[in-house]
Amino acid sequence: MTDEPGTTASVVRISGVDKQFTAGGRVVTTALSGIDLEIRRGEFVSLIGPSGCGKSTLLRLIGDLTTPSRGSVEVNGKPAHSARLGREYGMVFQAPVLFEWRTVEDNVKLPLELLGVPRAEREERAREMLHLVELDDFSRHHPYQLSGGMQQRVAIARALALQPAILLMDEPFGALDEMTRERMNGEVLRIWQQTGTTIVFVTHSIPEAVFLSTRVVVMSARPGRITKVVDVQLPHPRNDDTREDPRYFEVVTEVREALRAGGGLGGPAGLASEERLAAEGGIG
Amino acid sequence: MTAAAPSVGVPLPPRPGRAARLGQRFVYYLPAIAVFVGVIGLWELAIRAFDVRAVIVPAPSAIGAALVDNWDAGRWPLFAAARTTLFEAVGGLVIGTTIGLVVAFAVARWANARDAVLPVAVAANAIPIIAIAPIFNAWFGTTNPLSKMMIAALLVFFPVMINVTRGLTQVDPAALELMRSYAASEWAILRKVRVPNALPFFLTALKVATTLSLIGAIVGEYFGGASGVIGRVVVQSASALRFDVTWAAILLGAASGIAFYLIVVALERWLIPWHASVRGEETG
Repeated sequence: MTDEPGTTASVVRISGVDKQFTAGGRVVTTALSGIDLEIRRGEFVSLIGPSGCGKSTLLRLIGDLTTPSRGSVEVNGKPAHSARLGREYGMVFQAPVLFEWRTVEDNVKLPLELLGVPRAEREERAREMLHLVELDDFSRHHPYQLSGGMQQRVAIARALALQPAILLMDEPFGALDEMTRERMNGEVLRIWQQTGTTIVFVTHSIPEAVFLSTRVVVMSARPGRITKVVDVQLPHPRNDDTREDPRYFEVVTEVREALRAGGGLGGPAGLASEERLAAEGGIG
Repeated sequence: MTAAAPSVGVPLPPRPGRAARLGQRFVYYLPAIAVFVGVIGLWELAIRAFDVRAVIVPAPSAIGAALVDNWDAGRWPLFAAARTTLFEAVGGLVIGTTIGLVVAFAVARWANARDAVLPVAVAANAIPIIAIAPIFNAWFGTTNPLSKMMIAALLVFFPVMINVTRGLTQVDPAALELMRSYAASEWAILRKVRVPNALPFFLTALKVATTLSLIGAIVGEYFGGASGVIGRVVVQSASALRFDVTWAAILLGAASGIAFYLIVVALERWLIPWHASVRGEETG
């Protein structure tokens, strides 16, 4: 996690970014407003906020799957667009998005094929990645033969196959049950520590965000803004004991309060401010 | 396929032995076989009990005898007739499928093509085949098998075109997003996502198309052409009041259709073993 000499310490640099969605030339929604964020090499950063706060949009901006209306997004010192063309991303979505006609192994090989990696190296890399997510014995299975958690692990293996500079994860465990989710959290941490990959992780679970991250970015809804960045000073490696550590609860509380202050938890304060705005004609 | 002692997830169910599988199959098909044999038996009984004349409905035994007697002898050699009709149907299937595929790829690729071609295709599909058959006979030559092939091709074209277009365009948006995150070219997306996605759609269309091609060929034959084809045998034997031969010819036509269909089913098992329709388990 230490910075190598001669490389930029920050992997992601977002400055002054607004994102508006327009229809017929008219601004319909302001999804993000005045976003500044820097993510350093090897960090694990979670984006958390109420639904509709633009956290997924922010992730997609970093991945150049959408473009900002204003401001700039740089990845590894170049525009996000160049980074995407340079295939510096690994993406994991909420659904595993595996191709059912490919075996587990061939799904992992997909990005390597797209990059034109020679066959022998593809085999080798796929094997390594499946070993990393502990699915060695399932390489010749088809996705439908795996459980949801296993499918998502295949998706993670695929995302890491190109050894990307940055791994973008959009609520990857949102569809899993609580038990599986906690196990997957442990897996992701282990992979993060083994590979040293920078991870940006979107979630709406406070415990998940705190357990995983080195920093939690708290966002407020419409227009999405960063209201607070919480440093998580919990020791590594984190495990089941971490979840029972009093310091863990302190950070969870801190994040929860930050969310509430931003109107994110729909508490009385948040509601009142929205109603007042509406009454003053501030909305619509 | 099963890996050695998978530690987590769902292990594949143990594969039963060959004899056991045959037994299972037999039990599975038993009701269908029973109904089939029962209907034939009742039919035979009813004809004998009520002394129904062969002009109205011949007994199954009479149809069987006509099939054997006229197999390759007499005024209507049935085997040669079925072979010729099948040849026309296959020709039509190939022509219709090829054109259907070409149009589907064009329509899926260019929105302009969709707007230009789809209305015409829909209109062509609305033409009653009975009405167009004599015209095609005139265009391509009544005695030329090509005229029957073109009638079959017209019937085959539409389901192939519509289904393949759907398969090429109805791709999981997340899959496209994934490919975009890898900066994949349109060509790579076509090869690795759209075409495999369209395969099950294509095979479904082909199942319908095989039957349609036989219908097309036989309808074309009704409106004239060389004798020694199923359509002519039906017309001529019926007007000669040899309904046993008529029924035998119909039976042979149906048998060709079933054989045709089974070939596509086998093709399906070979090409898309991963698809829910072939696995025969949880769909979706």
